[in-house]
Amino acid sequence: MEPLSWGEIILRLAIQFIPVWIALALTFTVSIIYKRRLGLYGKLFDNTIGMIGFAIVMFWVFTALFVGLFDMIITHDPLSAVSGMKNEVPGTPLRGAEDGDYPYYLLGGDTLARDIFSRMVQGSWVVIRIAPLATLFAFMAGITLGLPAGYFGGRLDTVLSFTANLILAFPVILLFYLLVTPEMVASGIPSYMAIVLFVLPILFLCVLINSRFHTQPMQRNVMLAVILVVFGWLYLSLINDAGTPVNFLPSSLDLFDIPGGILVVFVSVVFVNAPTVFRIVRGLTLDIQTRDYVAAAQTRGEGPWYIMLWEILPNARGPLIVDFCLRIGYTTILLGTLGFFGLGLPSDSPDWGTTINQGRKLLSIYPHPAIVPAFALLSLVLGLNLLADGLREESLKD
Amino acid sequence: MLLFLLKRIGTMLLTALCLSFIVFFLTNQPPLLEKVAKYEGNSRMSDEEVARYLENNGFGQPMLVRYGEWLGVVPGWTREVGDDIRGRCIPPGADPATAPEFCGVLQGDWGVSRVFRDDVSAIVGTRLYMTGKLMFWVMLLMVPAALIIGVLAGMREGSKTDRTLSTFSIATTATPEYVSGVILIAVFASSAVGLKWFKGTATSAMDNATFENFFLPVLTIALYGMGYIARMTRASMAEVMTAQYIRTARLKGVTFRNIVLKHALRNALIAPFTVIMLQFPWLLNGVVIVETLFNYKGLGWALVQAAGNNDIDLLLGISVVSVFVVLVTQLISDIGYVYLNPRIRIS
Repeated sequence: MEPLSWGEIILRLAIQFIPVWIALALTFTVSIIYKRRLGLYGKLFDNTIGMIGFAIVMFWVFTALFVGLFDMIITHDPLSAVSGMKNEVPGTPLRGAEDGDYPYYLLGGDTLARDIFSRMVQGSWVVIRIAPLATLFAFMAGITLGLPAGYFGGRLDTVLSFTANLILAFPVILLFYLLVTPEMVASGIPSYMAIVLFVLPILFLCVLINSRFHTQPMQRNVMLAVILVVFGWLYLSLINDAGTPVNFLPSSLDLFDIPGGILVVFVSVVFVNAPTVFRIVRGLTLDIQTRDYVAAAQTRGEGPWYIMLWEILPNARGPLIVDFCLRIGYTTILLGTLGFFGLGLPSDSPDWGTTINQGRKLLSIYPHPAIVPAFALLSLVLGLNLLADGLREESLKD
Repeated sequence: MLLFLLKRIGTMLLTALCLSFIVFFLTNQPPLLEKVAKYEGNSRMSDEEVARYLENNGFGQPMLVRYGEWLGVVPGWTREVGDDIRGRCIPPGADPATAPEFCGVLQGDWGVSRVFRDDVSAIVGTRLYMTGKLMFWVMLLMVPAALIIGVLAGMREGSKTDRTLSTFSIATTATPEYVSGVILIAVFASSAVGLKWFKGTATSAMDNATFENFFLPVLTIALYGMGYIARMTRASMAEVMTAQYIRTARLKGVTFRNIVLKHALRNALIAPFTVIMLQFPWLLNGVVIVETLFNYKGLGWALVQAAGNNDIDLLLGISVVSVFVVLVTQLISDIGYVYLNPRIRIS
């Protein structure tokens, strides 16, 4: 068979992504029809830049979901090598293709003769699973600590701010090299950090419910019990891992194990992001605290946590949502950095950082194995940045 | 002002102390010490041999005591092994009687690197010079470019120039160094499809930096930082352009060119100044990535080598240096802000 020309490659790529195009078209049609009823999300569709960003982000989200959940889009197994396909250029026909095999390596083969296209789309699944969740945890930690630091001030603020600045003064890569090594996992420090970091979201939810419903004890008790049982169990299974010093739960109660190295990657990414979120939340709290509605709530006799979580936090949501988008992008960059230095994730992992790291060794002879994941990562982060920009513009309008 | 400075320097020293202890604590975890022992001895040492090695080389003491020794506030350990006396401050072959009691950072002794077999201070010195050279050119390229882009975009907010330049800034902030570096090498240095204008490695730039071998690493770091500074400058410029005194100048008939250059520019550059200074921690990250990617043996490259081999003394040296760079730039940014902006007074 003849190798494909660039036009044919692009056409075949477009065909491969058909489920994503359909999902994107559906999302956009529904959102644009109902955009007047959808609040800030709907206003996004009045903004060209925001819409472009949203389209790019959703493209990768849908790709990840279709690949990860339904095994669509992908053309070959991202981990298996086919002999004779090493470093082949994009559009090379598959050697010894049998019936049912996809007949081409659409974006070429890497140094281990694996299909670059399949690895790239599989890599999106790794990123989409880790980055938003890690950012969410960083936000929970930052909010839980930043609100009281800004609201109460005083010594609590001094101590917390000092700690946050301490972590921020660390070069991120040094921190990664210190935390994300097999020896460090064996010493158990990341597991202990996980215990502290992951308890903050539960604490946040409990305080959130308690401060609002403490006047209706029945309702509050039910809600708190549900949260504590569900999230408590998830929390215990999350921090409990057979390979680490934190291993106290009987295996029948342990719901899931985070595969090797992922937990430590997760913890270090949350750890690096949380201080910045803390500073933002603290600054917003200091600003919003002086408003009249806060004074009104204080006069009504509301407790400090009610004021923080139900008066200040909802009014800080605009900047926080914008920062959340930006921070997912930054987390994606951090994950790529970890992969680039070969830290944490297994060396055959298809995530973009690891693939770039493997491709860069032969960069001047065969550029395509590194270029493809590089562009994938670039487009996702760019999409998130554009989305954040659109959201900022729209939220400033009212 | 003096009180403010003293307070800031005090906080800075405390931060450096805490951070060096954290690095010390993390690099001295038992599994890592075992790795050090096997690196020094041989890889098939039994557990007892490892324990004996650690005991004989002063690793058996409590963590705080050893941190004090490293810092130079606790006397260095001595121990009799067979006939001779070994100690932290006694180099092999020297007379134990003449050896100093303290030898730590405060005495100017940064220890010895296990990977490079050299004094840490010497390694950090040469590597810092290499990185300094890189950073100098990065600053020289990044700061003027970012300011020009920001001012051009901000002077007519919402215009076509503004839209184009803002999108460009967003694109550069969305491109981490390992992505832009890979793309730049593929386009400008690849021997297969590229333009072959520049070299893909910067190893030769360490002795003899030319445009050909040094431009790509400099550009890679500069691009990532540029977008952020440009966006800050744009925001600051756009704000200044709506100020009353600009309107007055306009009404009195000053040309647009003179308004921008003589009235707006100075006030618009206060905010970017602090941002440029606060960019240093990010630049340090970029330096590590770019030095690895382009094989330029500076401080970042040494950091990767030291961390990969758990070279405790070198790792501590590099982290103290980089933390000091970060803290000093923060201090400069604070002072500079006050100095540039007479409206701000320190209480």
